[in-house]
Amino acid sequence: MANEIEKNLHLKNICKSFGDVRAVDNISLTVPAGSFFTLLGPSGCGKTTLLRIIAGLELQDSGQVILGSEDISSLPATKRHINTVFQSYALFPHLSIFENVAFGLRARKFAENDIKKRVTPRLEMLGIESMCNRLPHQLSGGQKQRVALARALVNEPDVLLLDEPMSALDAKLRAQVQVELRSLQQKLGQTFILVTHDQEEALVVSDTIAVIRNGVIEQAGTPEEVYDHPTSKFVAEFLGAANLIEGEFVENRFHSTLGSFQLSTTPTWRSGTVAFRPEWTRIHESDPGGNSFRAKIREIIYRGTDFDIWFEPGPIRVRSNTYKHFKVGDQVWLDIAPTDLVVLDA
Amino acid sequence: MHNIIIWYGELTSVRSLLKRGLLFLSPGIAWLLVFLVLPGLVLVAVSFASRGSYGELIWSFSFENYSRLAGFGMFGWTADYLTIVWRSIVVAFFTSLISVLLSYPLCFFIAARPERTRFLWLTMLIIPFWTNMVIRSYSWFLILAPELPFAQVAARLGIIPEGSPLYPSVLAVYLGMVSLYLPFVALPLYSSIEKLDWSLVEAAQDLYASRSRIFLHAILPQTLPGLSVGIILTFVPAMGMFVVPDLLGGAKYMLIGNLIQQQFSTSRDWPFGAAISMGLMVLTMGSLYFYRKKSRGGTIL
Repeated sequence: MANEIEKNLHLKNICKSFGDVRAVDNISLTVPAGSFFTLLGPSGCGKTTLLRIIAGLELQDSGQVILGSEDISSLPATKRHINTVFQSYALFPHLSIFENVAFGLRARKFAENDIKKRVTPRLEMLGIESMCNRLPHQLSGGQKQRVALARALVNEPDVLLLDEPMSALDAKLRAQVQVELRSLQQKLGQTFILVTHDQEEALVVSDTIAVIRNGVIEQAGTPEEVYDHPTSKFVAEFLGAANLIEGEFVENRFHSTLGSFQLSTTPTWRSGTVAFRPEWTRIHESDPGGNSFRAKIREIIYRGTDFDIWFEPGPIRVRSNTYKHFKVGDQVWLDIAPTDLVVLDA
Repeated sequence: MHNIIIWYGELTSVRSLLKRGLLFLSPGIAWLLVFLVLPGLVLVAVSFASRGSYGELIWSFSFENYSRLAGFGMFGWTADYLTIVWRSIVVAFFTSLISVLLSYPLCFFIAARPERTRFLWLTMLIIPFWTNMVIRSYSWFLILAPELPFAQVAARLGIIPEGSPLYPSVLAVYLGMVSLYLPFVALPLYSSIEKLDWSLVEAAQDLYASRSRIFLHAILPQTLPGLSVGIILTFVPAMGMFVVPDLLGGAKYMLIGNLIQQQFSTSRDWPFGAAISMGLMVLTMGSLYFYRKKSRGGTIL
């Protein structure tokens, strides 16, 4: 049920301040039609404000919102063919599930049998058709979320906005819903924009992730790009865990207090930071040569699926799922492949 | 051991809880028995008695007072009393309605004020409570006096004769009633509006709702608890009100409250007064029952 006309969403130089706080600071981005786009960032970074600007629930101080070829910057929310799944779900407590989902269609004066024809398949698709006569307070959190999703999707919006829709769900259900949301989006081929502070959620569902910090896009790209090739300390540390080491670049080598490392690129600047992931680092009992350095185990933390081992100097964190009877105080060698050392932008 | 329980953190027994409850309740129960139940029963009994030639009670059981209220008098049937009953319902209804219509914008206005001035506005709403009802009714005499602009404008427009006041009149009754009962609607409504969940309003906007649809589905259901309390607090006493219509409405605009007061004072016809009181009580209970049935279905208005 993809839209007949492909409508990309363009944001151009969007700014929004609340008092002295710049919530959104000159953000421009393009969300291709039919893609799953995620705005990822810590709380207070401006991601929700940006979403509300797209929805028409907040007015930008400057900048343009363009949907397809139409400038919708000054259209009210009621006139934008964009629907939102609210963080609190905001279901109408006095209306049945069916009427909640039918709300937008009724407001647009659809005929009674047309409403039924559109609402019922949505309820079925989300597995809530058996509760259509219940009231929202009789539903669990996960069911409410499905109703909120159905209520927005039934309008077949050009863009579906999701404002932290999974923050009220428990961890197990959240993981399940993430996968469902991803496959739902692929099946419908509609544009989804998700706001979240959960990096794992962003990695699971998105085609594109925009990492936002202090109202500015730090980095945007596919999940692989932002995870494997972070360009800043913030992105490296916000998505997953990262070890950061400072040092000097000499051609394609990196000199730090931990030792000298071979890089896969040649930075043009002299001093900077290199990042590597804890799970990309290998532990050896004897010197393997190459990009390795000696370290002492300071702490071992059992995490179920793997171990977090903290080393000195550093502290350097290594994530390993093979436990080789290391003890705190052991001297070992840590080894990182040149391609796994990510040079952060100067 | 089985009757030992933990009651909100306190280790106690069912027996001592009951004892304690009874101890706290008994003054209230005694008060209600002496001052509500007993007089109520006396009123019921009196309503079936009849009046002697000097206003004394004659204990003969008859339905005469009730048939008189229904309009069957010495000279055949008249609608006089039923007109008064109907007028009381109408006045109570419109007093409630006007108070509700005025309260919504007022409460939204107060709720939107910054915290410091909000308190000031609420105080201004409450201050009239501290003033005696009779004094407040008399103050309308001043406001509606022939020397002041309101009466002069009305006279200029030919609504009232030159040099006469705007009272007694239906307008004056409604002014007095609405100003009296507005806080009873506005305060409970304000408590609902203050904690309004605006995300429902945003959701309605997001789902293409018109203004009336937003009010009906996002605002009204959320404010219904406060609105219900306000309507009940207004409608019920407004139906029995006699001070305001007496002062501002004059003899021609009599309400059921005035009728009752008249029977117990000037007419010295206690049995008939008791019968009208019973009628008012039935009317009140009936409207409360009707209202509750309606609002439980969530289809009020």
